[in-house]
Amino acid sequence: MTTTAEPTTELGKARTRKEDARLITGRTRYTDAITPHGTLHMFVVRSPIAHATITSVDKSAAEAAPGVLGVFTAADLGVEAVGLPCAWPITPDMKSPQRPLLATGTVHFAGEGVAVVVARTPAEARDAADLVEIDYDPLEPVLDMEAALADGATLVHPDLGTNENATWVFDSGAAGTGGSVDEAIAAAEADPDSIVLKRRFRQQRLIPAFMEPRSCVVDPTGEQITVWAATQVPHILRTMTTVTLGVPEAKLRVIAPDVGGGFGGKIGVLPEEMLCVALAQRLNKPVKWTETRSESLLAAHHGRDQIQDITITAKKDGTVTGLDVHLLADMGAYLGLVGPGVPILGAFMFNAIYKFPALKFTCTNVFTTKTLTDAYRGAGRPEATFAIERIMDELAVELGRDPMDLRKQNWIAHEEFPFTTVVGLTYDTGNYEQATEQAMATFDYAGLRREQEERRARGDKVQLGIGISTFTEMCGLAPSRVLGSLAYGAGGWEAASIRMLATGKVEVVTGSSAHGQGHETAFSQIVADQLGVPFEDVEILHGDTQISPKGLDTYGSRSLAVGGIAIVKAADKVIAKAKKLAAHLLEASEDDIEFNAGQFTVRGTDKGKAIQELAFAAFMAHDYPEDMEPSLDAEAVYDPENFSFPHGTHLAAMEVDTETGKVALRRYVCVDDIGNVVNPLIAEGQVHGGLAQGIAQALFEEANYDDQGTLVNGTFVDYTLPSAADLPSFESSTVSTPSTSNPLGVKGVGEAGTIASTPAIVNGVIDALRHLGVTEVEMPTTSQRVWRAIQEAQGRSTQETPVDTHSPGAGLGSIDPNNPQGEVQ
Amino acid sequence: MIPAKFDYVRPSSVDEAVAALRDAGEDAKILAGGQSLLPVLRLRLAAPSVIIDLGGIADLRRIAEDGDRIAIGAMAPHHDVMRDDLVKQHVSLLSQATATVADPQVRHRGTLGGALAHADPAGDLGAVALALDAEFVIAGASGTRTVPASEFFVDYFTTAIGEGEILTQVRFPKYTGWATHYEKFNRTAQAWSMCAVAVALRIDGGSIAEARVGLTNMGTTPIRASGVEAALVGQQANEDSARAAAEHATEGTAAPSDADAASDYREHLARVLTGRAVLAAAG
Repeated sequence: MTTTAEPTTELGKARTRKEDARLITGRTRYTDAITPHGTLHMFVVRSPIAHATITSVDKSAAEAAPGVLGVFTAADLGVEAVGLPCAWPITPDMKSPQRPLLATGTVHFAGEGVAVVVARTPAEARDAADLVEIDYDPLEPVLDMEAALADGATLVHPDLGTNENATWVFDSGAAGTGGSVDEAIAAAEADPDSIVLKRRFRQQRLIPAFMEPRSCVVDPTGEQITVWAATQVPHILRTMTTVTLGVPEAKLRVIAPDVGGGFGGKIGVLPEEMLCVALAQRLNKPVKWTETRSESLLAAHHGRDQIQDITITAKKDGTVTGLDVHLLADMGAYLGLVGPGVPILGAFMFNAIYKFPALKFTCTNVFTTKTLTDAYRGAGRPEATFAIERIMDELAVELGRDPMDLRKQNWIAHEEFPFTTVVGLTYDTGNYEQATEQAMATFDYAGLRREQEERRARGDKVQLGIGISTFTEMCGLAPSRVLGSLAYGAGGWEAASIRMLATGKVEVVTGSSAHGQGHETAFSQIVADQLGVPFEDVEILHGDTQISPKGLDTYGSRSLAVGGIAIVKAADKVIAKAKKLAAHLLEASEDDIEFNAGQFTVRGTDKGKAIQELAFAAFMAHDYPEDMEPSLDAEAVYDPENFSFPHGTHLAAMEVDTETGKVALRRYVCVDDIGNVVNPLIAEGQVHGGLAQGIAQALFEEANYDDQGTLVNGTFVDYTLPSAADLPSFESSTVSTPSTSNPLGVKGVGEAGTIASTPAIVNGVIDALRHLGVTEVEMPTTSQRVWRAIQEAQGRSTQETPVDTHSPGAGLGSIDPNNPQGEVQ
Repeated sequence: MIPAKFDYVRPSSVDEAVAALRDAGEDAKILAGGQSLLPVLRLRLAAPSVIIDLGGIADLRRIAEDGDRIAIGAMAPHHDVMRDDLVKQHVSLLSQATATVADPQVRHRGTLGGALAHADPAGDLGAVALALDAEFVIAGASGTRTVPASEFFVDYFTTAIGEGEILTQVRFPKYTGWATHYEKFNRTAQAWSMCAVAVALRIDGGSIAEARVGLTNMGTTPIRASGVEAALVGQQANEDSARAAAEHATEGTAAPSDADAASDYREHLARVLTGRAVLAAAG
């Protein structure tokens, strides 16, 4: 980070996080540590088969096992007709299958629940689960998206008549926000001074891999049913529990205690949560469910999984003229809460920072017999950013241009802001030149290009590649009217309230509940500045629908840009009330009261009252204006007018060992423009974590299925998450072009690193190998894939790789958890 | 992740352990550092009725000089092995290979004997023991016996340790002054080897007088690369001789195919890594 003098305001101060002591010492209680007296434990018996008819379920042995209170199928619980909600019908004719709490009749993915065991202890439930005998009659799995759409394909849900969930189209010509892509392509094809370039990219399937497994506890013994859940969305969970099970919303209290990570993986409304509610009501006892890590990787929703066909047209002078995007997006077996809309969130980001005159986006969502997909850090935007940043590099190669120069030629110049893009979004501010200049200077772009030339010239076995990503994203989900235009099933506002306590301390209630982000620290800093109170005097309350009754929760980099602004709006109201009370007590006109740093003073005098004195006066209520209630407390609901648009320039120096194919990230420099920064330490942490996740997509992670539809790397044994040892020390810094769409000038940073980094890494890998004839390496760019790409480019044939097998070399060594015969005597 | 039920025994001597093993019958499992066994239990890939924990036998952690051998107790943790002065001085290849095992947490819990008895072909230490002609001391009801490394590794996860027997010690001849290197190739820093090569060279007057080369994860057991060894002896240690010798690296191997590396790629890696290991050892 660039170091500057410690600011005098809280805004910009790199405070260490006040929540960390309880989080990192394990002192806090995560959901699994909450055990009301008499709690029963649920374990889910899951299908090991991707697609099958259930021919029988024999519960007798399990029911007789020690400690077991019952074994239940959907029929036993009377929930066969219950379907989990999908809140995003992207088209009026979208095909939407029932997503049952437990499979009845047919299982649709490996990992789907078929029955539950309830026992006195988790171990007894787990032991008894092994005794539930379920017979399956296997059906053909549906695994490949293109094959799933072909005539005669096996149908995941035969009653829908198709494996196509929906096709969603945005055409700038039809929308009137730009020209026609069909015309742009026709014109480019007819013009000898233009080119048409097509590429196919693959977004592999990823697993969100949050640290705390999903968990819930449902206590039915009070007047309200209390649900503790490891969730990003306590408020949505409450409403959706009502929608799903018919429990009156006012009879539900949902608490998200401290939550250990989510990355989008905890925005769902889960069958297990609904089962715990149903079982708790039926058994009149608290019921707890905590998944195992294996269950988490297998059955919690996955992310990405798209095939991207991209056509770009440009003048040979480098000016881009059109972009045609065709996506296939794998929904998996069912629709998640916002699953169908995730690729659609990318629709508006394919044009990125560039001035495309025409853009068309066509996305077909496809059902397969795999784990369902839904939001994962970035949700739609990483996919879009990858495709556009990859194809800008490809275009540069085709035109013989430096890839950064080509970007500069096409991006929105600083003086052109605010700029309305080809998809109709208005980017309020941006300064791509500033971020890029700083990044290039830090990186020594010219020096590394020279080194690259030298290595190429001498045929060094380790080649150097330079990867560029000049990304932008839309943060702060979202203006409610925009969500309405996209048929999303909720608004995008956020709520906050501020309570001025008698002793001068401040309680702030936010609907935006953290799951690791550091909200308590950042929001306290904002309130300390707004009200002029010490940071230490501010307490942030969240995550319990009794305390924070109103909110739309945490995802889409919205907490600061929406939730934080709601807090500012509430603080404005507190100040207005305090000013009125101050004027009354100081016997002055309200117009003469000035507020600064927590002091209300009569202009031109030394008479004044501190905000804490006014809070006490309001509490005492002995003397206050007749047209005012005796309270300074206030609440606000903020609906953003616009998204915010963080951007940045990310540069990666990739070293590729051409003998082994091993890829090493030598340096990573990024300069992010995230507007005004509340807490640089938290922002940097978000960037670093985001980078690790985005880089992991490029280099390490992939959820692999075998030809029977079994997830073959469904443990941390072989789903290769990187550790710190696999990554360099990132050189990250920020510049600020404040957003003009909100009063703090903030933008959002939670997803920036993830969105930006993936294409930078892959562009760098291919840049290192381009002179050898390599034009594409699928993600993750493993050493084997790189080696094979080199062999193929050099005209040497190699054998097929069995991608669907377990990988010895991971944590369990050569033991294949899916095929354990032989080695465990 | 809850294992199936089992009984737990923690003997305080090898004799007690052998007796416990006899009492428990064939359904017992021995717990050393637990770095492979515990995940297997938690995933319920195994459900032994009795776990015999050797952690209470202090003798089995000792590392000592024993004449022309370095004798390492089977329960010596990797962390102790890699830092031990005797090991560093006389069996530097073992120290180097052990330092590449997993991560610090695993190296503090995992043990040399546990890793070798587990006999995962992707494990790093088998190739070292094989190349260096280590001896395995195995205790049973009728006393102890010693098995040479060439006979210890039988098959995939199978060793010469018989039913009712416990590995108690691994004895390495001294290779004082030998030039050694362990060249490991893996997917992430903490992952097991996709392929690795252990090399020890006795260099005399610039030429290679003796060579010992072992391969990791190139078959169902660790493999001795005898062809490479033969090709190196008598050669100057340089790029040409290393490359020429490395061409023999896949002789007698049966490289597995998996998602990380199909067999052709693994064979290619074995050749490249062998050449690099020889050069690195020779400095």
